[in-house]
Amino acid sequence: MKLEKNIRDKYIVVIGLEVHAQLQTESKIFAADATTFGDTPNTNISAITLGHPGTLPKFNRKALTYAIKMGLACNSEITRENIFDRKNYFYPDLPKGYQLTQDKTPICKGGYIKVKTRDNVEKQLTLHKIHLEEDAGKSLHLAGETDTLIDYNRAGVSLIEIVTEPVLRSSEEAGLFLAEVRKLVRYLEICDGNMEQGSLRCDANISVMLKDAAEYGEKVEIKNMNSIRNVQRAIEHEIERQIGAVEAGQQIISETRTFNADKGTTAGMRTKETLNDYRYFPDPDLSPVIVDETLLESIGREMPALPEALLEKFTAHYNLPEYDALFLTETKEMAAYFEAICKKQGHPKAVSNWMMGPVKSVLNENGWQITDFPIKAETMAALIQLVREGSVSFSAASQEIFPVLLENPDQTPLTIAENHNLIQQSDSNSIQPIIDEVIAQFPDKVKAYRHGKKGLIGMFMGEVMKKSKAKVDPKLTNELLRKTLG
Amino acid sequence: MQVDKETLRKIAHLARLEFKEKNEDEMIESLTEILSWVQQLEEVDTEGVEPLTTMSKEVNALREDKAINKLSQQNGLKNAPQKDSDYFRVPKVLD
Repeated sequence: MKLEKNIRDKYIVVIGLEVHAQLQTESKIFAADATTFGDTPNTNISAITLGHPGTLPKFNRKALTYAIKMGLACNSEITRENIFDRKNYFYPDLPKGYQLTQDKTPICKGGYIKVKTRDNVEKQLTLHKIHLEEDAGKSLHLAGETDTLIDYNRAGVSLIEIVTEPVLRSSEEAGLFLAEVRKLVRYLEICDGNMEQGSLRCDANISVMLKDAAEYGEKVEIKNMNSIRNVQRAIEHEIERQIGAVEAGQQIISETRTFNADKGTTAGMRTKETLNDYRYFPDPDLSPVIVDETLLESIGREMPALPEALLEKFTAHYNLPEYDALFLTETKEMAAYFEAICKKQGHPKAVSNWMMGPVKSVLNENGWQITDFPIKAETMAALIQLVREGSVSFSAASQEIFPVLLENPDQTPLTIAENHNLIQQSDSNSIQPIIDEVIAQFPDKVKAYRHGKKGLIGMFMGEVMKKSKAKVDPKLTNELLRKTLG
Repeated sequence: MQVDKETLRKIAHLARLEFKEKNEDEMIESLTEILSWVQQLEEVDTEGVEPLTTMSKEVNALREDKAINKLSQQNGLKNAPQKDSDYFRVPKVLD
């Protein structure tokens, strides 16, 4: 089933996302239980988490700080007077019979996240709200088991839920939004952003409407997507399914569907709860949380430079192309490493070329983050400097010295260059004889060059490089060659 | 305030309470009585009064983020009607 473009173009796609991010707090949001991922089931529990009577939850200060940081990063309005609400439902993943959440007073209201589409269109995707809540436990439905097994380690882990307005119009925008959220939470160090392990999760609300329609179509909620790519696949499939149904004169049923990553399709979920009536009301066990100016200012001071500001700095201050700047600001650590090299070595574009070339390849080959990269910034700066001053050629530096440094990060690039006899001649007195030799060898080519076939300069360069075993400074050689050839 | 059968059944379902159909009238009467009594509160003029969300005057009762596991797995599982060595067991729920 692939829709014709002209049919698809008749419709507007309306998407809203709900992104849950697990905050990297050591303890849970309302109880002191540990939050380590992958621990033995039901070891990070307490009477509070298990919903025993007579227990009193107490709010985690760090969860509050982290949620406010996200709000500040998204230009949201921070709510000054917060309460928590009970969202009532019976499901074994929360033994209390309700989830503690913020219904009336989400900690952050409004705000936006900026994305840039493939067509270079910048869009501000508006947020509805960000609120704090507790995670639920994990249910295991194992094949062959008559019971459902419950692990409460995750129950009560601190979450923020980021809810957009229904302003996204394509799966591409959804993907960009998620990538940006992941980048932000990692910059802020409030969530590890790992979608496979479920510390970042996304539900999508999707509807379609004819372009001249006055009202949104019936919306369908999609769950169970554990990567950005799967979110995009699920949305694409759902758009096709909904438009297909509308074209065939069918009604879209407002329902929750689950994504099957193997098939790339969505299917309606069987729900036992017929009516959803959460009967929210303020939790009487938790006292109100007031965010005053002092707290807000102190959190503001802790805010790191955000990707957008760094992108601006990298393009304006370092004068890098946006492509380079985007790569270098993908993570805070990468940006910091780049800046550390630049501090020692004043040529950002040369540094960027190294980062996007040899360094990136090594990271990809080894599945490393920049934090795993063994060579110190000042050593990289020294290596780049050797090339810049003409002591070694780029190819000698990247293919000979760089691999040795990876194995022996404590050696200096200069020592390696000397030991491997890679120092190139960069004075004209030693290069000129090689040039003269090459010119004498190709009298016909010299004649052709002088008659206007200037492209031959490349061939002469190649010959000089070969004769010198690439140990001449290319820039100087090029100058000398042109001068000699006239 | 009169409670109808539909409302009664909905409330019972949401609270996972079960009673026999022959007791419905009695339940309705009882619920209606409670609601009517509480309804007297509506006589108070609350114009301009913020809704009360807590009885205590305390604000910002915050905890430092420190992990302490106070309950062992074994003790946690102790009161569960159904369990195995690691997990709480419940009748199969499919969603």
